[in-house]
Amino acid sequence: MIEVTKLVKRFGAKTILRGLNFTVQPGEFVALLGPNGAGKTTFLRILASLSRPSLGVVRIAGYNLPAQAAAVRRRLGVVSHQPLLYGDLTAAENLAFYADLYDLPQPARRIEEVLRLVGLANRHRDLVRTFSRGMQQRLAIARAVLHNPEVMLFDEPYTGLDQDASEMLDTVLKNVATQGPHAVVMTSHDLARAENLATRFDVLSRGQIVASATPAQLGSNNLLTFYKQALEKAA
Amino acid sequence: MKNPYLRAVWAVFRKDLAAEFRSRELIPAMLVFAVLVVLIFYFALELDVKARTAITAGALWVTFSFAGTLGLNRTMSAEKDQGCLDGLLLAPLDRSAIYFGKFFSNLAFMLIVEVIVIPAYSLLYNINLFNRGLLLVTLLGSVGYVAVGVLLASMSVQTRTRDVLLPVLLFPLVLPVIVAAVKASGGFLAADAFTEISPWLNLLLVYDIIFLAAAFMVFDYVVEE
Repeated sequence: MIEVTKLVKRFGAKTILRGLNFTVQPGEFVALLGPNGAGKTTFLRILASLSRPSLGVVRIAGYNLPAQAAAVRRRLGVVSHQPLLYGDLTAAENLAFYADLYDLPQPARRIEEVLRLVGLANRHRDLVRTFSRGMQQRLAIARAVLHNPEVMLFDEPYTGLDQDASEMLDTVLKNVATQGPHAVVMTSHDLARAENLATRFDVLSRGQIVASATPAQLGSNNLLTFYKQALEKAA
Repeated sequence: MKNPYLRAVWAVFRKDLAAEFRSRELIPAMLVFAVLVVLIFYFALELDVKARTAITAGALWVTFSFAGTLGLNRTMSAEKDQGCLDGLLLAPLDRSAIYFGKFFSNLAFMLIVEVIVIPAYSLLYNINLFNRGLLLVTLLGSVGYVAVGVLLASMSVQTRTRDVLLPVLLFPLVLPVIVAAVKASGGFLAADAFTEISPWLNLLLVYDIIFLAAAFMVFDYVVEE
């Protein structure tokens, strides 16, 4: 579903990603872990077609980036730590706006479905600026799944959420991930949550994937031990 | 609307208007600013009636330009602040549709301000500005101003110094529009022959077409990292 080969990203003289290789199969939920500045957000922005690769090949759902970016974007759902929503519009108006941009048939029915999925059906007429951070993030997920994407990208979705909101987001993410053969990539600093959700853990350090493991391969180690060992080896 | 491109243009336009009519942040700010500029000109030139008449076209376009910059800066930074610009760029469409949606909404904001400022100016200065020629120049000048302004605002909004950067980039590039609009407006107010005014109108028209076409071609590159 996602194939990345020898990806390099430079901003001026600074190289952020250094020949990164990465694949995700349909049905996989990959947690991309790494310290601040490792290049996680840059990598996700390239996958989301918001940033151009300097070198390398990026293929998503069979389409090349950046040449076939519009076709890729139709198959992508993105949730970042910002909700990408308009505070002065209601929840339903925000979703209707995105439904227009994605040219969805029967948008009203789909909007109702996704609002139910994230538990905001009874708040659809409320302005988004009156929502708590957790509710905004749930609505952001509704926006991201509105067009039934094949690939989901989550960039630090738990940022700024309290314990209750994070637990609710866990449930929503599980619901989303199990609806269809999605490939999911999530960056997070919350190792406990990543361990609970992901089917594979990749560690990104200094612009490269330095370690990868499935929950079965972790064995008696927990994710924190694996993560620390991976970073020590890479140092 | 069946065409997905036009549907996206309409969606961005409608969304901007709906958000503005609900928040009432942009148009009142532009309007207050524009009226203040008109008042400053009024008091500065109070004693000199001849000068007041002569500078009408210039004073009007200085007012429109400053108020327009305020609107352009605000409308794009509102997209950036909530990360909504990324939301727009993630849509699977030709990104020029976003540009044209933004162009029409900003043009609407500017025209609303102009529709209110022109009568206010007429009352204060006792000059009849309800001249079909002048209204045509106002429309053509605003189209050129907003066409360049939205493109540059999309670039400057990605920088930390966006509030300062936009006027610095915009005013030199939009100078032909301002000069042509001032000359054509002055010509219509002085009841000059149309043959004297038409070169300025042609310049405005060509500028509008060139910059709308240029924005259609380069907007995708301007907004991508």
